[in-house]
Amino acid sequence: MDNLNLNGNVPSGDLSDKWTKYRSTLPLVAPNNKLKIEIIVVGTGLAGASAAATLGELGYLVKCYTFHDSPRRAHSIAAQGGINAAKNYRNDGDSVFRLFYDTIKGGDYRSREANVYRLAEVSTSIIDQAVAQGVPFAREYGGLLDNRSFGGVQVSRTFYARGQTGQQLLLGAYQSLSRQIALGNVKMFTRHEMIELVVKDGKARGIIARNLLTGELEKHGAHAVVLATGGYGNVFYLSTNAMNCNVTAAMRAVAKGAFMANPCFTQIHPTCIPQMGEYQSKLTLMSESLRNDGRVWVPAKKEDAKAIRDGVKTALDIPETDRDYFLERRYPAFGNLVPRDVASRAAKTACDEGNGIVPTGLGVFLDFSAAIERYGKSKANILGLSNPSNAKVIELGEKVIEEKYGNLFEMYEKISGENPYKFPMKIYPAVHYTMGGLWVDYNLMTNVPGLFSIGESNFSDHGANRLGASALMQGLADGYFVLPYTIGTFLSEDISTPKLDVNAPEFTAAADLAKQRIDKLFAIKGKQSAESFHRRLGKIIWEYCGMSRTAEGLTLARQQVRALRDEFYADLYLPGVANDLNPELEKALRVADFIDLGEIMVVDALDRNESCGGHFREEYQTPDGEALRRDDEYAYVSAWEFKGADQDPILHKEMLHFDNVELKTRSYK
Amino acid sequence: MKLTLKIWRQPSQNVKGKFETYSLDNVSEHMSFLEMLDVLNEKLSFEQKVPIAFEHDCREGICGTCSLVINGQPHGPLQGTTTCQLHMRNFKDGETIVIEPYRASAFPVLKDLSVDRGALDRIIQAGGFISVSTGQAQDANAIPIEKDVASHAFDAATCIGCGACVAACPNSSAMLFTSAKVAHLALLPQGKVEAQKRVLNMVRQMDLENFGNCSNITACEAECPKGISVSNIALMNREFLSASFSSNDAN
Amino acid sequence: MSWMTNALKPIGLVWFANFLTSSIGKKLLMSLSGLFLILFLPVHLIGNLQLLTKDAGVSFNLYSYFMTHNPLIKTVSYLLYFSIILHTIQGLLLWRKNKMAKGKIGYAVSALRGDGTNVKAAANMAWLGIIIFVFIAVHMYQFWLQMKLGKVPMVIIEGTEYKNLYEPVVLAFSNPGFVLFYVVSMIIIGIHLNHGFQSSFQTLGLNHKKYTPFIKYIGRVYAFIVPFGFAIIPIIVYGRNNLWW
Repeated sequence: MDNLNLNGNVPSGDLSDKWTKYRSTLPLVAPNNKLKIEIIVVGTGLAGASAAATLGELGYLVKCYTFHDSPRRAHSIAAQGGINAAKNYRNDGDSVFRLFYDTIKGGDYRSREANVYRLAEVSTSIIDQAVAQGVPFAREYGGLLDNRSFGGVQVSRTFYARGQTGQQLLLGAYQSLSRQIALGNVKMFTRHEMIELVVKDGKARGIIARNLLTGELEKHGAHAVVLATGGYGNVFYLSTNAMNCNVTAAMRAVAKGAFMANPCFTQIHPTCIPQMGEYQSKLTLMSESLRNDGRVWVPAKKEDAKAIRDGVKTALDIPETDRDYFLERRYPAFGNLVPRDVASRAAKTACDEGNGIVPTGLGVFLDFSAAIERYGKSKANILGLSNPSNAKVIELGEKVIEEKYGNLFEMYEKISGENPYKFPMKIYPAVHYTMGGLWVDYNLMTNVPGLFSIGESNFSDHGANRLGASALMQGLADGYFVLPYTIGTFLSEDISTPKLDVNAPEFTAAADLAKQRIDKLFAIKGKQSAESFHRRLGKIIWEYCGMSRTAEGLTLARQQVRALRDEFYADLYLPGVANDLNPELEKALRVADFIDLGEIMVVDALDRNESCGGHFREEYQTPDGEALRRDDEYAYVSAWEFKGADQDPILHKEMLHFDNVELKTRSYK
Repeated sequence: MKLTLKIWRQPSQNVKGKFETYSLDNVSEHMSFLEMLDVLNEKLSFEQKVPIAFEHDCREGICGTCSLVINGQPHGPLQGTTTCQLHMRNFKDGETIVIEPYRASAFPVLKDLSVDRGALDRIIQAGGFISVSTGQAQDANAIPIEKDVASHAFDAATCIGCGACVAACPNSSAMLFTSAKVAHLALLPQGKVEAQKRVLNMVRQMDLENFGNCSNITACEAECPKGISVSNIALMNREFLSASFSSNDAN
Repeated sequence: MSWMTNALKPIGLVWFANFLTSSIGKKLLMSLSGLFLILFLPVHLIGNLQLLTKDAGVSFNLYSYFMTHNPLIKTVSYLLYFSIILHTIQGLLLWRKNKMAKGKIGYAVSALRGDGTNVKAAANMAWLGIIIFVFIAVHMYQFWLQMKLGKVPMVIIEGTEYKNLYEPVVLAFSNPGFVLFYVVSMIIIGIHLNHGFQSSFQTLGLNHKKYTPFIKYIGRVYAFIVPFGFAIIPIIVYGRNNLWW
């Protein structure tokens, strides 16, 4: 069934001037024609808002959709760390090539060279654009932009706005979008969720959007459809994604023939606040920087771990000798600073062995007491205190820690109710980004002509693992600087297509399909809530397709997901009515799509007999537990064609060619 | 914990609402306030009752979707905290909690605890931006900005647009929201170019949306989950005064 | 208030009408008229303190003559009347507008929180203002109007005949009910000023890390001292009438 012919449409020429040349030769749409061309943009995150604003500025008639009450709420807003750009403002040897190289290497060589190079190339323009929009990046006393190093790279290329870089960048894009809305170039549809894609004569020509207030199924036509609908991390139920993040728009496209690429590439972040109970709705990320000063441990004795879980003992009752600093033990060279995936898997192992320290069993300590003591002593030295008391040292040390991580400690205390200066933090890994997504070519167009996908919703730039501070970069690169050009290749052929008639049979059929899906869910009249199915799906995917995977587990997971799907369609309980604001219905529709996606993910993970990036197959590891990549057989993109829930998806392969980098094994030992 | 909840129920915008009382047992103090409502909703669902509509999304205090007035306070009793980050340990066992939607004419109730805050978007659309199209920008380091000024602008820019300021204000004024954006952009050299036009248009739109007038009560600042200062309002007043008397806009 | 736009259009001041009818413009009028009244109060107080001079009302009557005959003072007094009326009407209009902005349904639980102690005052400026307006009306009727209508006895000071305002004032303050009314009104004015003083600076945009704490401090001192000065007069006069001292 393999199909090796999937073509990324990468232009020829040298890597370094490929994009410049291509951009200069792209077919253009004349200004007078742009006024007649409509484009639908679904989603108002960094990618969607920046694309809609830019397309509006260019003169297209843009229609933009979000299920939120305002375009400013998308989950890009929650990104903390920063945004990379190859500005080389530090004079530390950064360059476009170096950013390209770091990104492709960080992605474990599972991304397309040309796309990644283009991303690195336009990264600098993003910073210029954002500053011009008034994004208040951190500055130095001289008034110029500050940078920090992020994600273990050797240069400082990350621009940041305190711990709220995503918020500030999104507001910049939102403001640009607002300007276009005021000018009438963009028509904004809030509280509208795309629930069907309309394909006419083989081209994406519109969407069916459910008005979330009235329940009405509205038909919207356009010459092209752009999906900027984010990632599918919520397939795990618990993730750092927002509650309403979903895969429905993407899966509706997949149902209409678009390919889902590399869905098993998901990223786990090691330092999140662990789940405290069954009721818990989401997980909160704690910045990775905490691992610079925190030591990760679990009790060495199982009975101590149990006592802590039962609330009989606290961390302070465990003597130093009975603590297992497992990262330091297993990775003496890097210790607590091993990469995200390694740290995450080690925590999972410790908990699987029965040493977890929260009631669910899934949590480890992140302890700052050593750092507090160290900083306290050095501070006492600076202050000239010759023989400071223990209490004084701790007091001084806590102050230093507060200066460095005060806001994070405060957030932790707010959520957990525990003082992290006195008791070690409790952390556990959680899903927070998905590298996989809709397959797109160099133009960011899916295999369905006229259907584009940008930002986290596509698969394009991060390969099997995303580097820190690269998600914001990719979303904005796609939206501001790539899609607005490349969409011309499709639209220039469509200038004589008249405005789409939403009464065409294709629209009616799509609306009927959506209505049938909704009616079908209401007709089940079962006993279990959509939420409970979602929770169970999450458990299956997390267990078998999470931090580490095995062929056996994945096979089992597939059976379980299928059984869950059957149960879902037999026993779903859906309150309320279709033609009203009904969050339960929204949820049920989303869960149905998550189940289908879950199965494709499992199939993909099963197919990829290697370990790379976020995909760790236990069968494929070196004797000392390192991921074993198999470039000879798996240097390709897996693009899955969905043939309905009752059939196996079909694999299409896009072979990856590396002409400018040498494939190396990641090493940190 | 056992709680009694008095919650505002209103089927739709044009139907009269009223309080309904619910009791909820086995509430864990580790639950967030919204998780407590999730549990109540799940319970209501199975009793074949309509779940309570409330808005939420990121549940980490940054998207500004969640709202609610809890015991008379927008986002509840904890200062500097959104409803989604409020945890049940801040309440007492056996307590009665009154949950209401934001009240303001400019924020009509859509259903139960959901309100329409579109007016805030329209204020931004009136001028809360810098008119720079993609690709027009010069190098990011071409304009140095004093660190303090950038930091001050940042403080204003942290607004999450949740509307708690309007809800808290006895006059339902949107001055804190509007001034936060005016201040953010007016403080930066990039934003100064169109500062006069911006403040005139944004204030005009704010007035059109039927928000009340500021009488410097400062409840907005006290309830703002991001602690945005009323000094931004003074800055906007200043900007508006000078723009009114010196701009080239003869209207 | 399109009437203002129509009124100012012929003289080319549409922008000014728009400014005055904007929310910030309206507040600016409140601020400026309030500040003017704040400036007037100490002047009024200094005059009133003449009542306490033990000269059978000579200096007080001379003071009231000066206040009613000096052309500059007379001009300023018209501005004063205008300010009182403007501050009152504008205040009531804003109050109505704010009520409408809040909507028909209020909160079942009210828990107003602010950054200072004057939050309650700030939220109730209109009520305080209405009481103050009633006080001013009574006050003006009782003394100012009587004097204007000439229903005051005359007195001869150093050979010239003056209106003897001193007499009705002392008479009024022999009534404990009036004394109480004056004292309570002064407390209300103090509360109104406590918020109004610093608030008027904020409305004018005069907020600065370096100066605002000082303005707030002066405001509190002013809001205590000036009403205290006014309130002490009826008490002393009453005490004298009853031969307490």
